[in-house]
Amino acid sequence: MSYTIWILLTATLVGINCGLVGTFLVLRKMSMLSDAISHSVLLGIVGAYMVSHQLQGVSMLIGALLVGLLTTFLVQLLHQKGVQSDAAIGVVFTCLFAIGVVLISLFADRVHLDVEHALMGEIAFVPWDVLEVGGRSIGPKAVWLLGFVLAINIFVIVFAYKELKISSFDSEMAITLGIPVVLIHYVLMGMLSLTTVASFDSVGAILVVAMLIVPSATAYLWTDRLSTMLICSAFIGVLASVIGYVGATAFNVSISGAIAVSTGVIFFVSLWIAPKHGLLRKWMKKSPA
Amino acid sequence: MNNMDINVQWVFTSMALLGLASGMIGTFVLLKKQSLIGDAMAHAALPGICIAFLLYGQKSLLFFFIGAACSGYVATACIQFIVKHTRIKEDAAIGIVLSVFFGLGIVLLTWINQHEGGNQSGINDFLFGKAASLTGSDVNVLAVTTIIMIIITSVFFKEFKIITFDRAFAQGIGVPVSLLNGVLMFLIVSVVVVGLQAVGVVLMSALLITPALAARYWTEKLEWMTLLAGVFGALSGVAGAYVSLIAYVPTGPLVIIFATALFLFSFLFAPKRGLCSKIIRRHVERKKLRVKQLMYERGEQL
Amino acid sequence: MNPLVVDQMTVAYDRQLVLEDVSFSVPEGKLVGIIGPNGAGKSTLMKAMLNFIPRMHGNVFVYGQPYEKQRHLVGYVPQRNSVDWDFPTNALDVVLMGRYGHIGLWKRPRKEDVEIAMQCLDKVGMLPYAKRQISQLSGGQQQRVFLARALAQDASIYLMDEPFVGVDAATEKAIIQLLNELKTRGKTVLVVHHDLQTVRDYFDYVLLLNKRVIAFGETERTFTYDHIQNTYGGKVTFLSATHIVG
Repeated sequence: MSYTIWILLTATLVGINCGLVGTFLVLRKMSMLSDAISHSVLLGIVGAYMVSHQLQGVSMLIGALLVGLLTTFLVQLLHQKGVQSDAAIGVVFTCLFAIGVVLISLFADRVHLDVEHALMGEIAFVPWDVLEVGGRSIGPKAVWLLGFVLAINIFVIVFAYKELKISSFDSEMAITLGIPVVLIHYVLMGMLSLTTVASFDSVGAILVVAMLIVPSATAYLWTDRLSTMLICSAFIGVLASVIGYVGATAFNVSISGAIAVSTGVIFFVSLWIAPKHGLLRKWMKKSPA
Repeated sequence: MNNMDINVQWVFTSMALLGLASGMIGTFVLLKKQSLIGDAMAHAALPGICIAFLLYGQKSLLFFFIGAACSGYVATACIQFIVKHTRIKEDAAIGIVLSVFFGLGIVLLTWINQHEGGNQSGINDFLFGKAASLTGSDVNVLAVTTIIMIIITSVFFKEFKIITFDRAFAQGIGVPVSLLNGVLMFLIVSVVVVGLQAVGVVLMSALLITPALAARYWTEKLEWMTLLAGVFGALSGVAGAYVSLIAYVPTGPLVIIFATALFLFSFLFAPKRGLCSKIIRRHVERKKLRVKQLMYERGEQL
Repeated sequence: MNPLVVDQMTVAYDRQLVLEDVSFSVPEGKLVGIIGPNGAGKSTLMKAMLNFIPRMHGNVFVYGQPYEKQRHLVGYVPQRNSVDWDFPTNALDVVLMGRYGHIGLWKRPRKEDVEIAMQCLDKVGMLPYAKRQISQLSGGQQQRVFLARALAQDASIYLMDEPFVGVDAATEKAIIQLLNELKTRGKTVLVVHHDLQTVRDYFDYVLLLNKRVIAFGETERTFTYDHIQNTYGGKVTFLSATHIVG
């Protein structure tokens, strides 16, 4: 398959994964936790490398998962002990990210991962890093990784749709119904960590945040149903990826940056034209017809 | 003493001043519950800096400052607009603006690197900060601006205090709230822009809030908190710069690690508000209650 | 055996005691009003009973067993502003959430659950709004949706936090009707309430609360001038107090 198609497929998978997970983050008012996890996951990747001496696959996923959950846990802990929640997020992730950067630069000669790469990603290199089985190439590693994470995400959302929904809407009610709210919170954070690390290598930390939050927030303007919102946000993620890729190749700039910008453009357009919650409609309603 | 040593001393001085200024200003950011907005401003500064570079054609702190201030202001306005006019909540609005602006910054950065020979521009240093790379003139600018910021903060201290604590009351007694908010915003943007070079985009927000948060544990008075936050900031700045010089590690992350260590120490061991003293106090309180209950029960039996 | 017993419950935030040694026992099929000034710990009492906030001391018994074992028997109607009404869902869906305990974890709602949810919506007069997005409902309608959700839960004991706040007269009437219906079906209902004027008309029992239990018992005998004065620290004027007590 050609180079372009692999890149588009990667970006599409990132878009779907982030759209699905991001919807729940936006609804639970935890958007900034994705910012936090996307940065602190860097530490997980470095840590995994120091333990297993490889920069890919399962060890990376586990490292990211652990640090992602650690971030969530620490934020929660500080908040419980009286630190205001925005500051708790700010302190935890910057510290973990800083430790990650220091470790990378200390072992720079041995870790083939520079921080710039981690922040901005390098989706253009994805098609060359292929997975080989029995000497035959079966496609880029990133695509397999993203596909695997997508399977997990879809499985959890289908399996625990009802539980995710009620604990996002009214967690106290969910507790009285005996729904394991805390477990669900950590499962969701686990999904977020996996999604982040799988997308990380190809699109970088900041773009992951853009892909998680912006399409979901845009979908929130278009629909009043949770199921539609999930699909809509995945679709917007894919759309943004394609537009971003085309734009980036046309102007020869960073693909991941361009994808982030195109999520912003789609959001901006939706802000005005979305049928129910768009500003044009709202203002037309207000002014006497 | 040779030139190298003088340069090193200058770097230390400027890091101390930067830490002092950002700690003091960060106190107000923290108390206004705008920690994440500080983060958004730091990220949003990147496209402004790039546009300034594209327009002016070379590295210039003054133009970078203007560019960053403009885009920081636009970003804040966008966040406020989204929150006010849609059903999207503040956290998501901040996330949207932060990531899209930063994405735009990256796009412009790659454009500059490819088209304008920007690798020599030193713009890349803004991502992670490199105190050691500060040149003599950078250090001069940094020192002068931070001193000005510290003076402004001290002069307007009383006013900042009242608008942070009770905005409505301040308005009621005729304090020019929006003007002062503007001044405070200007200070935040300034310290972010100046600090970017030293600690980088990602960690700038931590330089604002972490020292302030640490200071909060030691005192109930804003005056002391501001001063202490400044001291903590300065200490972290100097320690970070020092280790950075001897270990060849980027300055930004080290400064933040020192600041976080100070925070953790305060969080655990501060006399009144610290976790340990809280636990001890709760234990004592519980014992008292148990004794009271026992006496109550016995009294009933008698 | 009384369906609901609270035994020596003490709750503290940091170093401040919010509830001190609260004990009471509610007989079956009674409507209980929880009355007290702002900051008396009314909402805290409910939240601590439901384990949302840790108790420093004390137990809650539901039909003789600790609450933790009897969760499914207790329904909770939170204050209306405790959830985000912009959540993408409709009224029927919210009521259906009340069935989740019966449906069981990880399973989908069945047809009969949807039918029950529809019936519950009908009971509060909200059937025509079943498919309406919840942000487009008025305050009173949102409160009725919450009540329908509690009905769908089919619990034996209900805890309601300020259900009458910010609702229109029609909704207030509908809520009272519903409370009485629950009573006749042998349910026990506790309601946090702040309108002293209506206490006598609405409730069989009252719990006068101000960090401690000031008085608990049948409304007739308990809701007296002295007890009210004690609860509100003498802030209710003589005139209005006599008017309330009647």
